[in-house]
Amino acid sequence: MKNTIRQVFHSPKFVIGFVIFFGILLLSIIYPLVHPGDPLESVFIGSDRGSFTPPGTYFSLYDAASSFRTNLNPKSKTAADRATISISDEQRVRMITWLTAMEVSLDGVDTTDDAALLEIWKANYDESAKPKGMTKSERNACKRLNSDLNSSGKESPLKVASEDESVKIKDIDPMNYVPVNQVRSVIRLPLGTDNFGRDVLKELVSAIGTSLLIGLVAGVIATLIGLVFGLLSGYVGGLVDDIIMFITNIFTVIPSFILLILINYSIGQEARGAMVVAVVIGLTSWTWTTRSVRSQVISLRNRDHVNLSKLSGHSLFRIVMTDILPYIASYVVMAFILQISSAILSEAQLSLLGLGPSTTKTATLGLMMNWAMLYSAHLGGSWWAYFPVIGVIALISFSLNLMNTGLDQVFNPTLRD
Amino acid sequence: MSETTSTRRDFSKAPSCLKGVGVTRYFHTGKITTKAVDHVDFDFHEGELVSIVGESGSGKTTLSKMLLGLLKETDGQIYYQGKPRDISSRAKLKEYWSGIQAIFQDPFSSFNTFNKIDTVLLDCINMRGGKNLPKEKKNEMMTEACSFVNLKFAELTNKYPFELSGGQMQRLMIARIFLLKPKILLADEPTSMIDACSRATILDMLLQLRDEIGMTVIFITHDIGLAYYISDSIYIMEHGKFVESGGADEVILHPQAPYTKRLISDVPKIHEVWDLSTV
Ligand SMILES: Nc1ncnc2c1ncn2[C@@H]1O[C@H](COP(=O)(O)OP(=O)(O)OP(=O)(O)O)[C@@H](O)[C@H]1O
Ligand SMILES: [Mg+2]
Repeated sequence: MKNTIRQVFHSPKFVIGFVIFFGILLLSIIYPLVHPGDPLESVFIGSDRGSFTPPGTYFSLYDAASSFRTNLNPKSKTAADRATISISDEQRVRMITWLTAMEVSLDGVDTTDDAALLEIWKANYDESAKPKGMTKSERNACKRLNSDLNSSGKESPLKVASEDESVKIKDIDPMNYVPVNQVRSVIRLPLGTDNFGRDVLKELVSAIGTSLLIGLVAGVIATLIGLVFGLLSGYVGGLVDDIIMFITNIFTVIPSFILLILINYSIGQEARGAMVVAVVIGLTSWTWTTRSVRSQVISLRNRDHVNLSKLSGHSLFRIVMTDILPYIASYVVMAFILQISSAILSEAQLSLLGLGPSTTKTATLGLMMNWAMLYSAHLGGSWWAYFPVIGVIALISFSLNLMNTGLDQVFNPTLRD
Repeated sequence: MSETTSTRRDFSKAPSCLKGVGVTRYFHTGKITTKAVDHVDFDFHEGELVSIVGESGSGKTTLSKMLLGLLKETDGQIYYQGKPRDISSRAKLKEYWSGIQAIFQDPFSSFNTFNKIDTVLLDCINMRGGKNLPKEKKNEMMTEACSFVNLKFAELTNKYPFELSGGQMQRLMIARIFLLKPKILLADEPTSMIDACSRATILDMLLQLRDEIGMTVIFITHDIGLAYYISDSIYIMEHGKFVESGGADEVILHPQAPYTKRLISDVPKIHEVWDLSTV
């Protein structure tokens, strides 16, 4: 046993799969501890409600307005300094055109120097002047340009007042800055929000947890049923075998996904919680475990060590537990891993069809896909609402399958090259 | 030869222990039917050492599995202690198995590879009602049983079956018999992997045990020389049928069936004085 485990952990494929899977598992356990709170709570109301907010760092306008305790003293800069920033090439051309039309001498003036140009402009510009060869619309453009240039230096401060009258009215100058860490409510949204304003990362982590639990519950149910039926059918044989194989065949003939859809549909919207869906998935996916356990048991039950156990007077239960089960244990573990992976995928597929868990209290990977699709995240280019989900589903499935392949190579050395 | 004939006894008057009439087993694989055992009649007596001799594939193992109740016969009737054998329920089967033991042909598949070999021997002690014996007593019994088959228990304890050689496994299987002391023993080529030297000693120990407890031994082998050396009576099996049977001297010294003659002529030293080292 110890030896087998050591061997398993020497398989690079298994180890890679194991590390990825447990990384995801740990994330789903640790992240909620670091960032507690309801993952499905709206954390964010963007400028326009009901739209996906892209990833980024956001801070509350309210807090931003109320947290100007420190002034970074931007007045040390001259107005011209600030203006230099705002002369565009287009404005420059227009300024030079007006100045030349008014026959202002530009000799010795570096027109690429914004400060110098602005000084000449301010000294010479006259709204009422009518330079030759300039149309009215061109003159109006210059007027607008002038007011732009003037206002950029001295915008009127924003007045912020609270409804509470004891608080003084506050002026906020455009040149007031505060460090980000002084703003009380800063929200970092590495994966943005969905259309309900919910933090996608937080939602995703909680969805991973729920989906893994669904996979585990469904996998345990399917493997247990498959194992018990397979053992009974293979070892006891006779009528028991006939009955179990009849049921198994019925379940095999009807594609289990169709069955899943029908059952989930008939359960109804209200009763369909995440765990109910997990149980239903488990109850419909045991057939191939049964079949393969049965065939393994049939090849084992005539082995001489089983015969020896019979001759030693051991009970049927003991023979199954000590002489059959250990031989198929590795196989059952592999089947279990695949069951988990396929259950997670089944849940995602069902939810995409709108037949997954019908809950607004918990998120699952499938539900997140469903929500993203319902609110057209894919049409609006809101990739953050569904790509990470797809990535996680793929990663979970990949890691589980990798673990399975690794186990297969250890337990069935014939596949080793 | 003088040595062997002296131990040979006539059991034809002894009460019947296992008897078969028209015992048959067919195997169906696809459309092909293999007549592994084809209407054989036999009568084994209590305390007798019977050898079933036949070449590979003649149906010896199949017959022994039927005698053990591990394989259902296609046709025919087996009698146990004079009465038709009834193993229709699990309880009756368990009762039947309490008196019959076997050494299987393939030692590699005879062990549960997940259990240490101590388990195999402890099981035997428990079966004989020694469950509550002190640990030292159990160890002593196991050591003794192992010494009968030239094994050192101290070297084997806490090992797993796959750590043993084929011959060691076979000897361990025989050691079980020394602990169990069954009424009937079905030994399917029990010494095929054991070197000639140990083989003679082990067989002698087994014969001694048989004399002590009056065990019936059904010995299956393809080695007619070995069968002649140890048996009271011999059944010659060819293609699922018994072609010849009777007392060992009668069958070997005066063979009737051509198959028996061929088998005997294949053994070079059959008419010479037996030398234990060639057995
Ligand atoms: N489970 C089975 N299914 C199908 N055919 C079988 C089965 N067991 C045995 N046979 C066939 O029955 C015949 C007799 O086999 P058996 O094992 O009894 O031979 P054997 O006399 O013990 O041979 P050996 O000396 O090689 O052990 C063989 O032809 C074999 O192929
Ligand atoms: Mg055989």
